[in-house]
Amino acid sequence: MSAILRINPIACEAHGLCAELLPELIRLDDWGYPILDEPEVPPDLVGLARRAVDACPTLAVLLDES
Amino acid sequence: MSTANGGHHGLPRLLAGLKPGGRPMSLAAHHRIHGPVPSIAPHQLIEEVERSGLRGRGGADFPTARKLQTVADRKRVGAVVVNGSETEPASAKDRLLLARLPHLVLDGAVLAARAVGSSEVIVKVGQNATDAVRAVDDAIMERESERFRMSVLTGPDGYVTGEESAVVHYLNDSTPKPTFIPPRPFERGYRGRPTLIQNPETLAQLALVARFGSRWYRELGTVADPGSALVTITGAVRAPGVYELAFGTPMADLLDAAGGRTEPLQALLVGGYFGTWVDASAAVALRLAREDLRSVGCSLGSGVLIALGESACGLHESARVISYLAEQSAGQCGPCVYGLRSIADSVGALAGGVAGPRERERVLRWAGEIRGRGACHHPDGAVRFVESTLRVFASDIETHRRGRCTARPAGLPLGGSAVEPPGSRVAGPLAGARRGLVR
Repeated sequence: MSAILRINPIACEAHGLCAELLPELIRLDDWGYPILDEPEVPPDLVGLARRAVDACPTLAVLLDES
Repeated sequence: MSTANGGHHGLPRLLAGLKPGGRPMSLAAHHRIHGPVPSIAPHQLIEEVERSGLRGRGGADFPTARKLQTVADRKRVGAVVVNGSETEPASAKDRLLLARLPHLVLDGAVLAARAVGSSEVIVKVGQNATDAVRAVDDAIMERESERFRMSVLTGPDGYVTGEESAVVHYLNDSTPKPTFIPPRPFERGYRGRPTLIQNPETLAQLALVARFGSRWYRELGTVADPGSALVTITGAVRAPGVYELAFGTPMADLLDAAGGRTEPLQALLVGGYFGTWVDASAAVALRLAREDLRSVGCSLGSGVLIALGESACGLHESARVISYLAEQSAGQCGPCVYGLRSIADSVGALAGGVAGPRERERVLRWAGEIRGRGACHHPDGAVRFVESTLRVFASDIETHRRGRCTARPAGLPLGGSAVEPPGSRVAGPLAGARRGLVR
C-alpha cells in the first residue's frame, strides 16, 4: 500500500500546521508555504500524514491512499 | 505544383494564398486553395494524425492524436474549444490564423469535433483581438449551411487566462483562472463534460493532414519533427513577423527569413517568456527541431523567437519581463504570488547593480523551490526564464555592480503592447515565397 501526499496550492493559506505535524516530509518556504520534497509517504509516517491532513484549516493537504 | 491528392509541395502551407494586409480569406477562396474538407471516418482521421506526428502548437508539444484519442474514448463528450487566447505577449501566430485564415482553423475544429464525437465548437479569443473575433464570427456565418454549432467567445487578456484549465473555468463560470487538477479538461471540462482544447495552429495543421495525408505532411521537416511551424520572430531583426518554416530549418535561416539581424546578436530567447535564453553563438548552430532545442535546455513553446542585439542589456530586459510575469500571476497560489514577486525584486536589484552573487544564489534557490508548486505551470515557465537569464547573463551582474552597463533599452514586448496586430504590415514578397511570411 502506498500513499501520496499532495498540496492544493489554491486552497493553501500558509497556516503551516502540516509542517509542524509532519516535518519529516514537509518544510516551509520563505513565505510559509509548504514544500513537499518527496510526495511518497513511507508506511510508518502514514498515521502522521493523516493527522496533518485533518489539521489543515483550509483542507489543502491531500493524501491519496491506494 | 501539387501532389496526387492535391497538397502543394514546399512552403507556404498554412499561409498559402495569404495576401498582404488584406481581409480574412473567404470560404470560396479558401476552398480554391485547399479544396473542400474531406469526409473521413473518425478513427481514420486520428490514425492519419498519429502517422503525421503532429504535436500541439500551444506550447506543451503534446502528440495531437493521443489527445484526440483520449477524448474520443470518453462518453458524453462536450465541446471542442479552440484556444485562441494567445496571451504570450510576443506571439502573433494564432491571431494571424484566426484573423486572416479563419476557415482553415474552423475546418480543423469541425474535423476534430467529429473525430471525438462532439457536436459543438467554441472559439475562445482574447477580447483585444477584435480583428480575429470579427473574422471568426463572419466565417461562422459563411458556414451556416454546415449546421454545426459554432460560436466565438471573447475573454479577458492576461498571461494565465489562456491556460487550459483557466479557459474551461472561464467557460463554465466566467472566472479566467486556472483550477487545481485533476480533473483535467479531457476528464471534466466545459459543462462538466470531457472537453478537447486545441491551439488554432494545431487545428489548422490538422485540417491539412486530413486533406492531404500524413505522407504529404512529412514531406517537410525532420523524422522526429515533421511538417512546418508558425514562428513569431521579433526583436533585433529587420522584418519582425509571423513566418511559416519547415522543422529542421537552421536558426540562422530563421533570422534571415525575418529580414536578417539589425545588429550583432548576443542571445536568442526561444519559446517566449516561458522560454529560455540561449547564447547567440550556441543558438545559431541549432535547427528548429525539438532535439536540437532540448540539447540547450529549451523548447519551441508557442513558437516565439526573440533576438537580442548586442546594444541591449539582457539583464535589464529580463528584469522587466520577470516583473511582468510576477504581475501576471492569477494570485491564487502562494509560491507563485510571493515567490515570483520576490524573484522579480531581486532580479531588479541585480539589474540595478545593487546586488551581487549572493542575491543570484538566493534567486536560484527560490526558483528551484517554486517549480511545480502552482496549480498551473505559470510559476514553472517563469522560473525557467529566470534560470536561463541568470545563466546567460551571469557576467552582466558583475558589470552592473560596477555600474558599467551602457546598453540601450530593447523594449521587449510586454502585455501585447509592442506587438502590432498581424496583417498590419507585410515584410517581403508574399506570392510564391519559399517561406510564407506575413506580419
